[in-house]
Amino acid sequence: MKNNNLIKSLIIIGLTIIVLIVMNMFLDSYLKRIVNLCAIYIILGLSMNLINGFTGLFTLGHAGFMAIGAYTVAILTMPVAMKEMNFYMKPMIPFLLNLKMLEIPFLPPAASEFLWFIFALLMGGLLAALCGFLIGAPVLKLTDDYLAIATLGFSEIIRIVFTNTQSITNGALGLKGIPPRNHLLWAWSFAILTIIFIYSLMSSSYGKALKAIREDEVAARSMGINLFKHKVLSFSIGSFLAGVGGGLLAVSIGTIDPALFKFSLTFNILLIVVLGGMGNIKGTVVSAIIITVAMEALRFLDEPINIGPIHTNALPGLRMVVFSLILMIVIIFKKDNMFKSTLQKARGRYAKDR
Amino acid sequence: MGANTMSISEFMQHLANGTSLGSLYALMAIGYTMVYGILRLINFAHGDIFMIGAYLTYYGIVYTPLPWWAVFILAPVLTGIMGLILEKLAYKPLRGSPRITVLISAIGASFLLQNLGTLVFGGRPKAFPIPKMLSGTLNIGGVSIAVISIVIPIITIILLLTLTFIIQKTKTGMAMRALSKDFETASLMGININKVISITFFLGSFLAAVGGIMWGIKYPQLVPLMGVVPGLKCFIAAVIGGIGNITGAVIGGFILGLGEILIIAFLPTLTGYRDAFAFVLLIIILLVKPTGLMGERQAEKV
Repeated sequence: MKNNNLIKSLIIIGLTIIVLIVMNMFLDSYLKRIVNLCAIYIILGLSMNLINGFTGLFTLGHAGFMAIGAYTVAILTMPVAMKEMNFYMKPMIPFLLNLKMLEIPFLPPAASEFLWFIFALLMGGLLAALCGFLIGAPVLKLTDDYLAIATLGFSEIIRIVFTNTQSITNGALGLKGIPPRNHLLWAWSFAILTIIFIYSLMSSSYGKALKAIREDEVAARSMGINLFKHKVLSFSIGSFLAGVGGGLLAVSIGTIDPALFKFSLTFNILLIVVLGGMGNIKGTVVSAIIITVAMEALRFLDEPINIGPIHTNALPGLRMVVFSLILMIVIIFKKDNMFKSTLQKARGRYAKDR
Repeated sequence: MGANTMSISEFMQHLANGTSLGSLYALMAIGYTMVYGILRLINFAHGDIFMIGAYLTYYGIVYTPLPWWAVFILAPVLTGIMGLILEKLAYKPLRGSPRITVLISAIGASFLLQNLGTLVFGGRPKAFPIPKMLSGTLNIGGVSIAVISIVIPIITIILLLTLTFIIQKTKTGMAMRALSKDFETASLMGININKVISITFFLGSFLAAVGGIMWGIKYPQLVPLMGVVPGLKCFIAAVIGGIGNITGAVIGGFILGLGEILIIAFLPTLTGYRDAFAFVLLIIILLVKPTGLMGERQAEKV
């Protein structure tokens, strides 16, 4: 039975890779970017679902963690000449300016470039996880509302700091000309790895402990689960993945600036998690793809409409009105089967928790 | 004497500026703290209600023949009704759901209002029409202070006294206090929960709209996203003061407003980080005294 599943998964992964290679050959750069964004949003959706859906915490700091990952990858992978071109307002501090790829002896340049990129992504993820740990460790001792507001605050601080530290991040001007890696397999292999990782994490004893915490903290604690340790673990892993997602975003779109990492980015991820279902891996993957495509496909809503006799002026904001309505309708009408396990539904114990 | 020293009159100006900003924060923080006290909900849409209050005033003054003072009274009432409708649509259907669900609904509502604002009011900044009486500066003992910087604290104090009266002396106020102490028991005692919650939202939104109007006079540029950052800061003010506690919210608002202005006044190099001050303060307070300055420690219910 288990063997059967493994074969099935391998076939699906194989097919996905083949489809991606074919798509990579035929799609134009705009469509490729959307397919890449799908993969990135899968990673981000899963990372938020790990924290919000599986562990029952509530983070709103994804944009901040992504910014850390994106800037780390950009600074590590941009050539020195490109950095000098970007920092024309104020020079970059020399240490960061001179950070460049280490040539590994006996390896072809392409291979060491490959390894260096992986290293940069991991660094981005690790820095994000470190920040996640530093912010999460004190706050996770409190109730969940505080985590939401503290992470939201953190992500705002990151944006403000990145706008002001001109000699590190080039401030509001942002970084342009990040070496692109828009082959579809880049982002998608990380997405597939993330899916596999989350699956195996959730079937491990750690994953079961996380679910137990979500279901009932007191019961979990009395079963000997260290609440604090597991919460911090889940939150740090989630931040790590958000950092990696941010790094991939940077190399896929090639230009980053602090305004990219506004709260609306976190909102998109939250939308994916809510639509996909809290604690539902497959659902998250599907909704990440649907939302990413829909965000692009519905861009026409913001523009003037001319269908036969119908003419409207440009309506900026309409697209996001639609998405906020979707979020609210889903949350209001799906409320009963969203966060409760079957056990809790049977007991109806949340009725008294407000 | 370094270049950073400032004269007494400059200091007084900063103080007046900080006090008026603090008053605005206090007005908004009350809305957060009242809703949190009763529903245990961070009303993310509160900042956008503030924005709508300012815009309604703008449209009232520019497009209706009403005198400005009538608009200044009417707009907060209308905004209060909007706050009440918001609660009915976005939060009431979720009563009894896990808190995280309601929180997501609140974020959705906030986004909806922001984008509806962009759609209806337009994304371009609008210049707030300032009544003549409230513009200009006063000269008090050699210190010139904007009229509005004096008017704001006075109006805030009047509103706070009224609110205190409502909460301490009226039946509805008593019901509010009962609900925030113990929701279930209070509802068993025959309190009309829905009515009290509606009144809470009305009052909170009313105060936010008054804040929005005075914000518009102080910083006369309206954009649909103008409520986001003040909204977050005022929630932080409520947390600093001890969430659920109205006096705490006022104190938190003043700490935040004064702190923000004075830090920049003394350390001008930090100007770019002005908006980060509130968040740094939040993290410090969560580390040192998570219940806030005036908050009581809540026992964990099992």
